[in-house]
Amino acid sequence: MSLDLKITKRLGAFTLDLGFTAPNGVTAVFGRSAAGKTTLINAVAGLSEPDSGHITLNDTPLFDAAQRINLPAHKRRMGYVFQDARLFPHMDVTQNLRFGLRHAPTGSTGPSLDEVADLLGLTDLLKRRPTVLSGGEKQRVSLGRALLSRPKMLLMDEPLAALDGPRKDNILPYLERLKSGAAGLPILYVSHALDEIARLADQLVILSKGKIAASGSIFDVLADPAIVPLVGLRQAGAVLQATVMEHGDDGISMLKTNAGTIELPGVAAPVGTLVRLHVWAEDVILSRTHPSGLSSVNILPVTVKSIRTGDGPGGTISLDAAGDQLLTRVTARAVQDLDLSEGLSCFAVIKATSIAATSIGR
Amino acid sequence: MMLDAASWDALRLSLLVACTATLVALPIALWMAWLLARGEFRGKALLSALIHLPLVLPPVVTGYLLLIGFGRNGPIGGFLYDVFDITLAFRWTGAVLAAVIMGFPLMVRAMRLAIEAVDPKLEQAAATLGAKPASVFASVTLPLIAPGILAGAVMGFAKAIGEFGATITFVANIPGQTQTLPSAIYSFLQVPGGESRAIALVLWACVIAITAVTLSEWLAQRVAKRIRGIEGNT
Repeated sequence: MSLDLKITKRLGAFTLDLGFTAPNGVTAVFGRSAAGKTTLINAVAGLSEPDSGHITLNDTPLFDAAQRINLPAHKRRMGYVFQDARLFPHMDVTQNLRFGLRHAPTGSTGPSLDEVADLLGLTDLLKRRPTVLSGGEKQRVSLGRALLSRPKMLLMDEPLAALDGPRKDNILPYLERLKSGAAGLPILYVSHALDEIARLADQLVILSKGKIAASGSIFDVLADPAIVPLVGLRQAGAVLQATVMEHGDDGISMLKTNAGTIELPGVAAPVGTLVRLHVWAEDVILSRTHPSGLSSVNILPVTVKSIRTGDGPGGTISLDAAGDQLLTRVTARAVQDLDLSEGLSCFAVIKATSIAATSIGR
Repeated sequence: MMLDAASWDALRLSLLVACTATLVALPIALWMAWLLARGEFRGKALLSALIHLPLVLPPVVTGYLLLIGFGRNGPIGGFLYDVFDITLAFRWTGAVLAAVIMGFPLMVRAMRLAIEAVDPKLEQAAATLGAKPASVFASVTLPLIAPGILAGAVMGFAKAIGEFGATITFVANIPGQTQTLPSAIYSFLQVPGGESRAIALVLWACVIAITAVTLSEWLAQRVAKRIRGIEGNT
């Protein structure tokens, strides 16, 4: 099960020109506004026709300019969750959900309406009209409706962009559950919020001005110093994987990473869960020697993988932490003073409180 | 309200003409409204102007143009008579044609507004869920514009009941044949002592008009309410 595409599409002065393969799991497409994210996802959905190239889902051509194939949207079976939910205003929640089910191909199998309502916490909303729902509720109904159309793939266009922080945190667990539950359904997830992507995505494609600037596994791409100018200094940071070991009485939890244990507050996941920590580059401090007398106890032995300078007064360094990767920002002067070079062993200090609970995903 | 035989005839004819005109005009008006709301083609402005022409022309001019075009010696009327043996001028069917033409701009306008108020993004969403175009129209577009269609129909109906200038010019004022409610009122007012008969019909005209406009207002509010449901999203 995978989506394979290579397309071009001109829209005035803007040209979308890219190709990638999205395997099973969540493939995130990150880009600033006007990077071409929505153009891309609409082309996959069949809502706009590319000028050239091909889009193939599981070896079935959806679009092929050379062969003049352009499957209409209603035959593509793409479950599309729009940024603005797009619930039918003249139907209540049940009718909206049933709309998806009614148009699913006969004989297709998948979760029932009750199961979806249960999964997405919609059971109490079934009789309500879309007008009285909150943004997060609308988005959950929209997701449920898409799931019930028994899609071959899910497309999500900034599904959380219209929601404020707490509501976002409300819906993200549902998406995480979906990711592990929806058997082998590839998901194309378009977003300009790196924290969501860091929590959800397996693959990451970074779009810039209609072209692919970087792509690959989420861990590799986010740990690549070259993407820092694309995502912005504040959002840059690698994803560390850790297993929850124990929850202390003082609210601090012990987590085990490949490179050693770290202690973090506010971890809600039960013991034994593998979680992702989005560690911002700005919150990682580098030391040549094992530091002592620090308030932070999160000190991991690391090796310098690559150093990138030249983007202003700072430098970005990617670090290998026993197979995991970290990213850190230091000044160009620090690179010189510490005599940093590739392959050098040092210690990364992570401030525990800097990893917000919202940056911890499953 | 007691009416004499001639008044009853006029009232009955008016209702028949208005109902027929509304039913005939409805599908064509919906099609035109769709073209104007969603279509992209050359001559759209011209089509729109043509449809709205009867709204701005003096009705008597429209009636005279109908007589020229659809009279038995006119180009269209002559063709209809020769080929299908249909006569419109000075018949109740002609009154229907006049009512259709005069009510058309009002119907198209109401329906066009309703269609334009439907967010095409909803139809896109329906398509991604697997709904075929016909199904999208039936289950999403039509329910959302239904109040607009009904409002347009009510406006067209009311206009048809009240149509006078074009009708009297095109089909004259023959009691029992082409004498509609307004024509009858006009006739009664021309003869001494006819005022009481006229007033009885005037009251009926008022009842029909008020009912139609109230119904139309109510339906227009419903369409606004339904479609406003989607705007709270963004």
